[in-house]
Amino acid sequence: MAGLERTGLYDLHLELGAKMVPFAGYEMPVQYPMGVLKEHLHTRAAAGLFDVSHMGQILLTAKSGRLEDAALALERLVPVDVLGLGEGRQRYAMFTNDAGGILDDLMVANRGDHLFLVVNAGCKHADLAHLKGGMPDCDVGMVEGRALLALQGPLAEAALARLVPDVVDMKFMDVAIRSWDTAELWISRSGYTGEDGFEISVPDRFAETFARRLLAMEEVAPIGLGARDSLRLEAGMCLYGHDIDEATTPVEANLTWAIQKARRKGGAREGGFPGAARILGELAGGPARRRVGLSPEGRAPMREGTEIYAAAEGGAVIGAVTSGGYGPSIEAPMAMAYLPAHLAEGDVVFGDVRGKRLPATVAPMPFQPTSYKR
Amino acid sequence: MKYTEDHEWLRAEGGLVTVGITAHASEQLGDVVFVDLPEAGRAVSTGDEVCVIESVKAASDIRAPLDGEIVEVNADLADNPGMVNEDPTGKAWFFRMKVADMSALDGLMDEAAYKALIG
Repeated sequence: MAGLERTGLYDLHLELGAKMVPFAGYEMPVQYPMGVLKEHLHTRAAAGLFDVSHMGQILLTAKSGRLEDAALALERLVPVDVLGLGEGRQRYAMFTNDAGGILDDLMVANRGDHLFLVVNAGCKHADLAHLKGGMPDCDVGMVEGRALLALQGPLAEAALARLVPDVVDMKFMDVAIRSWDTAELWISRSGYTGEDGFEISVPDRFAETFARRLLAMEEVAPIGLGARDSLRLEAGMCLYGHDIDEATTPVEANLTWAIQKARRKGGAREGGFPGAARILGELAGGPARRRVGLSPEGRAPMREGTEIYAAAEGGAVIGAVTSGGYGPSIEAPMAMAYLPAHLAEGDVVFGDVRGKRLPATVAPMPFQPTSYKR
Repeated sequence: MKYTEDHEWLRAEGGLVTVGITAHASEQLGDVVFVDLPEAGRAVSTGDEVCVIESVKAASDIRAPLDGEIVEVNADLADNPGMVNEDPTGKAWFFRMKVADMSALDGLMDEAAYKALIG
């Protein structure tokens, strides 16, 4: 495919029979011969290996050498308590713009004397420029020459521990640097499936061997972007560019759990991030609309773009689905939508599916219970 | 068996025509999770959208391959849409229709022509 980048595992994907598709400027595996449904179920039952090398890995170091300075500088770009993040710990964050919208969502890890960020593939170049512009007292660099793999599922720990035994000591959202062979692995206990699991940054020259060692294990199967999407949707997680974007605030997106007390009104470092007036205002007064889960009745999925109405007939559109599909583990359709904030769990709304208004219940998320190792 | 360019198969049986989608189409769709079937008794013209198939990836239509009337639908598909992947040309038929002009079947592709189409 012309003009598209490839990850270091491209040849392995082809060898495994992957169907490759363009995604965020890369040729990526959307599914393997197992198929999306079985890949999804395999991840929830055993362990799935995902190539997420297209994502951006960024290092931030304060020119002073002090971690606090890097943390405080990053806090000028995110509504998140970075200073309070302990060494060896990671947390979810988002870059906001002056209107309170979301430029990207990301993971931030405290690695002792610097911060390590993982950002979305489609935003990574803009994010790098944004960080460089917003953090003049820091060295900001995109990590080159490293693949990123995710190993997810209830057997992920057992599988990875055969190669790196002491990962069993890590808890959800811990980060650690470990050796395998002569390679330095950057490991976090996190992921995008709702399952226990790890994301592992591997030097390119070791990536294929490392992936093959994992895939040789009985419980590990390669999983494509198709199942990655249905897994994250069951887990209630946002997909940037769909469920969140520059037109949605973190409060509208129901991501207020990611805005710690220190950055809220009355907190030690209240505000001081782009869009703070809007975001703190919505935290206090409530947003006009909010991202909610929807459980459509019956089996028909409500896809992205499905318009939502309050009534079975008549009335105006009250919102739209931002992600929707079928949940293989819950064996039912599921969706996320932005709806007026007065709607509560259990309320019934109607989605226009091919001209028919079908009922859907406002539902709690995640749709599928998570199983993190706390 | 006859075939349409929309990857449907048609089989004439006892004066009726049974319609389903080809194995090639079911592979392209991926795992089917929902099938919206028409009402029996509906009169259709060639090209009318009569069924919707939703896979894990996307929704697609089945169109009436010929003029006529839908006389029977495969209700089992609503409960078990995965049959479309398991047995697309057997148990996973979609509907049977009474065709206005059976000779219209002759204008459709035979197996050799369909195989050439899908390469």
